[in-house]
Amino acid sequence: MANYRANLMMCGGTGCIASGSLKVREALLEELRKHKLENEMNVVLTGCNGFCAEGPIMTVYPDGIFYEKLTAADVPLIVEEHLLKGRPVEKLMYKEPEKKSAVPVMKDIPFFNLQVLRALRNKGLIDPEKIEEYIARDGYQAAAKALTEMAPEDIIREVKDSGLRGRGGAGFPTGLKWELCSRVPGQLKYILCNGDEGDPGAFMDRSIMEADPHVVLEGMIIGAKAIGASKGYIYVRAEYPLAVQRLRLAIEQAKAYGLLGENILGTGFNLDIEIYLGAGAFVCGEETALMRSLEGKRGMPIPRPPFPAVQGLWKKPTVLNNVETYANIPPIILHGAPWYKSLGTEKSTGTKVFALTGAVNNIGLIEVPMGIPLRNVIYDIGGGIKKGRKFKAVQLGGPSGGCIPEHLLDIPVTYEDIVQTGAIVGSGGMVVIDDSNCMVSLAKFFLEFTTDESCGKCPPCRIGTKVLHGKLEDICAGRGQEGDIELLQDLCYDTINTSLCGLGQTAPNPILSTIKYFRDEYESHIKEGWCKAGVCRPLSTFYIETETCKGCGACARACPQKAISGEKKKPHVINQELCIKCRSCYETCKFGSLKVGPGRLRDELIARAKENELKGVEQA
Amino acid sequence: MAKLTIDDLKKIKEEYKATFTLREGGYRAKITVHMGTCGIAAGARNVMNALVDEMAKTDSKDVIVTTSGCAGFCSKEPMATVELLGQAPVKYWALSDEKIRKIFQEHVREGKVVEEYALVTGNETAY
Repeated sequence: MANYRANLMMCGGTGCIASGSLKVREALLEELRKHKLENEMNVVLTGCNGFCAEGPIMTVYPDGIFYEKLTAADVPLIVEEHLLKGRPVEKLMYKEPEKKSAVPVMKDIPFFNLQVLRALRNKGLIDPEKIEEYIARDGYQAAAKALTEMAPEDIIREVKDSGLRGRGGAGFPTGLKWELCSRVPGQLKYILCNGDEGDPGAFMDRSIMEADPHVVLEGMIIGAKAIGASKGYIYVRAEYPLAVQRLRLAIEQAKAYGLLGENILGTGFNLDIEIYLGAGAFVCGEETALMRSLEGKRGMPIPRPPFPAVQGLWKKPTVLNNVETYANIPPIILHGAPWYKSLGTEKSTGTKVFALTGAVNNIGLIEVPMGIPLRNVIYDIGGGIKKGRKFKAVQLGGPSGGCIPEHLLDIPVTYEDIVQTGAIVGSGGMVVIDDSNCMVSLAKFFLEFTTDESCGKCPPCRIGTKVLHGKLEDICAGRGQEGDIELLQDLCYDTINTSLCGLGQTAPNPILSTIKYFRDEYESHIKEGWCKAGVCRPLSTFYIETETCKGCGACARACPQKAISGEKKKPHVINQELCIKCRSCYETCKFGSLKVGPGRLRDELIARAKENELKGVEQA
Repeated sequence: MAKLTIDDLKKIKEEYKATFTLREGGYRAKITVHMGTCGIAAGARNVMNALVDEMAKTDSKDVIVTTSGCAGFCSKEPMATVELLGQAPVKYWALSDEKIRKIFQEHVREGKVVEEYALVTGNETAY
């Protein structure tokens, strides 16, 4: 038997023959003869190799090289390169499909790929306690540029042109605010940072202060140069200990490096920044109240004008901006207004940070270009509604904002479009609400907050919020009366029109917007005594629908009162006298068999149960 | 510390870039534990302690362990980002003492991503 240098195993299975392996074999034999290799190479026709989809296939031994999808035309190359010269032909070899890693890539995941990070550009990347890491990410370059190359007018023009609007809630153009203050003569001016983030569910500013404290300082340095301020304060609530600690450290480090204090970067510009701890009163987010608090007085607003730009802190010209606003300033100075405007819409430029929370799967801090449809934020970035429930509304702007229902979800997120719906962009709290929530209770929750937080200085707010809250309590407790909705609306407008500051002027918004979009819920509370979401206890009765109950027993196990009974695989029943309406069963049932009826149904069901019991006794 | 001039700023920038670009710093790996309020509340300190312990035990000199703020995905905290030289960073989520030790052993030391704990890989879009 001849001693072959190599064995060429040509697949002769039906699949490969069908795809042409015999032709390849003939070509191969011919080519081998041409090169006088026929005595060195043994061509073997094998049985099916099993990899028919890649046929015709051939394995070359002893190297074990596996060629796929061969044609007669490929043969000369293989013979010449591989068999004669010993260089396997890579392009004809089988390639293992690239192993897909089980770890997804950011660009494939909407939570990440729909976001653009500007204000949050350093989040999770730098050590917030090391100034050098901030500097390594272009930190203080914008301040250096502003202090050396730009006149105050240049800075103001750049910020004005960028279209940046105050990120704290009102959306006032930042450049305009700076311009107003810069025109006021005065030796001593103040630059303030508002870190008194108070909306329930909002944590944008806290995260920026914690993750990137130096950006706040840099933004303030640039603002100080623009308006001519030499003293700055950061007003932070004491409930943010980590933010305070990191800001303190940042100020120390900046001072040590000469980035704060006298003669910053050798430019002759002076700015000193201090932290002032607030006690966490919501009203102190309002600018005039914040300034009073800073002066050591009780945090209460004063009428405007005079505006703070003219007479602010200690009656000196003052500019107050929000944390996120400052975080946007350094990149605007470095990259210019056209760059900033390249994202967003005409009137709402750039990006906005939102604290996405509530009933969505992905809770977090997100930054999106202005103009992105709300639906994308909730369904793509937020990953849809938790536990497969139904979307009901999204609350924007916290206690000063309003809710946006399903049918308006395609509106773009801009200051103008959101205001049209009756909500506001606000500082960026975005609370998603699912169908297990009662909108009257939601409004009541926010009013309870604003009633507590009203400073009490002006009667419309002090009394208005109290009365509004009381009215909502009445409705939720089943004491609602015909005409209450109209009365609520009137009171809302009165409070809005007559309150002194933003707190009272916006506190009724949650009521107005829930009435606007969910009036039917108010009506069913008042007229039918029925809270269909099963939240207001006096107005709901939980019962099990016999037709759909599978008798799985999950609700019975969840019930803390052991009020649910029934045989396995047979419909269960709630003992209404034991039920405390805690909703545990309602939230547990996977078959939608737990229903909510009006409050009065409870008595009917109890009476019916008693009747049946009596019947049972009689029959026995 | 001496007061900085604008040239100093540039020098610091170049010098500390090394901690971001591993190559220039001569490091092989960087582990960032995200320690914002949300991370700490979810247990980031335990994760950090375990990591420091592993570093000491293995006497790893070519690995940087550092902290940073919220990574933005608060419901998935505690999170950490592991970046090996020349590879895309991998974010791990819902970490614990045991999980980070396993990640340290398998990903940082042996170069194998611990897929079961990984959330995502890659860089976010900035600007």
